[in-house]
Amino acid sequence: MCGKSIKMEPVLKVSHLKKYFPMGNNQILKAVDDVSFEIYQGKTLGLVGESGCGKTTCGRTCTGLYSRTGGQVLFKGQDVHEMRGKDRKDFTKKVQTIFQDPYASLDPRMKVNDIIAEGMRIHHMASKKEEREIVQELLRQVGLQSEHANRYIHEFSGGQRQRIGIARALAIHPEFLVCDEPISALDVSIQAQIVNLLREMQDKMGLTYLFVAHDLSMVRHISDQVAVMYLGKIVELTSSDELYSHPVHPYTQALLSAIPIPDPDVEATRERIVLKGDVPSPISPPKGCRFRGRCKYATAKCGEIEPEMKQIGTGHFVACHLYNKEDA
Amino acid sequence: MNLDNDKIILEEIEKEDAFDPANRENKVQDEIYERGIFYNLLMSLKENKLAIICLIILIIIIIASLLAPLSPYDPDAMDLRSKLLLPNKEHFFGTDNLGRDYFTRALYGGRVSLTVGFFSMLVSVIVGTIYGTISGYIGGTIDNLMMRAVDIFMSVPSFLLIIIINSFLSPSMFTMVVIIGMFSWMGVARIVRAETMSLKERDFVLAAKNMGAGNMEIMLIHIIPNMIPSIIVAASISIARAILTESSLSFLGFGVKLPMSSWGSMLQNAQSQIMDVPTLALFPGALILLTVLSFNVLGDVLRNALEPKMVK
Repeated sequence: MCGKSIKMEPVLKVSHLKKYFPMGNNQILKAVDDVSFEIYQGKTLGLVGESGCGKTTCGRTCTGLYSRTGGQVLFKGQDVHEMRGKDRKDFTKKVQTIFQDPYASLDPRMKVNDIIAEGMRIHHMASKKEEREIVQELLRQVGLQSEHANRYIHEFSGGQRQRIGIARALAIHPEFLVCDEPISALDVSIQAQIVNLLREMQDKMGLTYLFVAHDLSMVRHISDQVAVMYLGKIVELTSSDELYSHPVHPYTQALLSAIPIPDPDVEATRERIVLKGDVPSPISPPKGCRFRGRCKYATAKCGEIEPEMKQIGTGHFVACHLYNKEDA
Repeated sequence: MNLDNDKIILEEIEKEDAFDPANRENKVQDEIYERGIFYNLLMSLKENKLAIICLIILIIIIIASLLAPLSPYDPDAMDLRSKLLLPNKEHFFGTDNLGRDYFTRALYGGRVSLTVGFFSMLVSVIVGTIYGTISGYIGGTIDNLMMRAVDIFMSVPSFLLIIIINSFLSPSMFTMVVIIGMFSWMGVARIVRAETMSLKERDFVLAAKNMGAGNMEIMLIHIIPNMIPSIIVAASISIARAILTESSLSFLGFGVKLPMSSWGSMLQNAQSQIMDVPTLALFPGALILLTVLSFNVLGDVLRNALEPKMVK
């Protein structure tokens, strides 16, 4: 045992991942542009950003649903996009996704039992009899009743459907879950239940999560690390406590200032950073820093040089020219 | 009084652990109807009187054709003494120029027309579904090529081609089914391809891919079952069209061989007597019209019932 093996290998290592979509007329939509992060065993990385910034695309590229344009996604040292045959099948058993829309992600013509058992059938994991028992056990685990196995999806509410989606993902004992905004289609009381359910499952089964969301307070609740995305790029990446106590990127600061504080006096007096303008189109992002058009600290340099990720503290990375003046 | 009631209700709710979300949602869910395809279908049939009439007409025609052997007359037995009779008590539809009972012949002819219609519909739906699913699922260049092939097939004057092929082959029910089926699957293929293209982007298909499902599994488990409503609609229109094609072919003398009859060939025989005994042309014509019309109306109703996708 040499010293190297003591250092934990990340479960998922994403380096310089790019995903471009051709839009016709020689236009290219850069949905994910040079994104890097690592997730360790049993941890959760929250990926936040506003709508259309490429969070979902990033998640789907990580699981191999989308091909990549550049960069690399390593799952336990294996390149996700290079896997073929048996490796690929094993990978699909270890990595699962919980989808954003619980209405669209479950087949309306299948019974709950068949939906949850689908993965087990694909991977030949259980006999018919065992399968039924496993499904009923899973339904109980996610807070539904075993009788629900014989019903169709349209008989369930949004929260119940999302539980079924979670049960389906857990059925084949995955190690890594991509939660693609699993709570944004649900109302607030159900959101908390689902997040708590996910945490409980993580503790029980040692799962690793990539948690995509746009709700900052929920992300704080579940994540160990948070990455903030803006227009296909990660602008800040740090531990969840650090991000919420010392946000450094102007975009992160603006996002955090939008979280309401449950105290009317503080809420009335606090200062909100309101961003002006709209998100530029990802088809032709501005040169230099992509945020500069809406950033009140923007300087001439921001328009020329694209800021790179710089470490400014332990595990705290930021892509902004404000924080590397020493280097310049 | 009211207060007491409320109390009792409250107690009941507490007993049942109403704050367990699964329980609370269940209460409502149990009362919701099972809204499957057939529930929707029944509901829209009930609302539509015309559809009920069409359904009844079709059922009568189908059952009567099935029970044709119960008729006291032999469809091919000639009785020249009583030829060209008008409808009467003994012969509901009268008799033809060879004295055969026209009602019995119409029933046997219905067997031929309906069987050919049904089986060529089956051929075209099966071929069209397989072709369309593959084309839509693969997409890209192959899809383009496959769809251009459909365009070519569609621009062939198929009726003339069927006549030419039929004059080479000896026309039997089997060859009629195959030939009509082979020239009518393109419409189904187009509908199915369009549905497949939208279905394959749905989240549940992505989820299945994510679980490692192969392309065959996805097509068989997720895509085809979700297209069944559109396929049913296409099938009902296709059966009407097949019956019409069969009748036209038989009318032109390219249908089943004598002495077997179908509605189309009966029409042809009636041509020579049309001035003297117009009922000979009237009955098979009316039967063709009613059958085709009923299938088309039912197809429309099915489309309304199945396409809004009330079942989410």
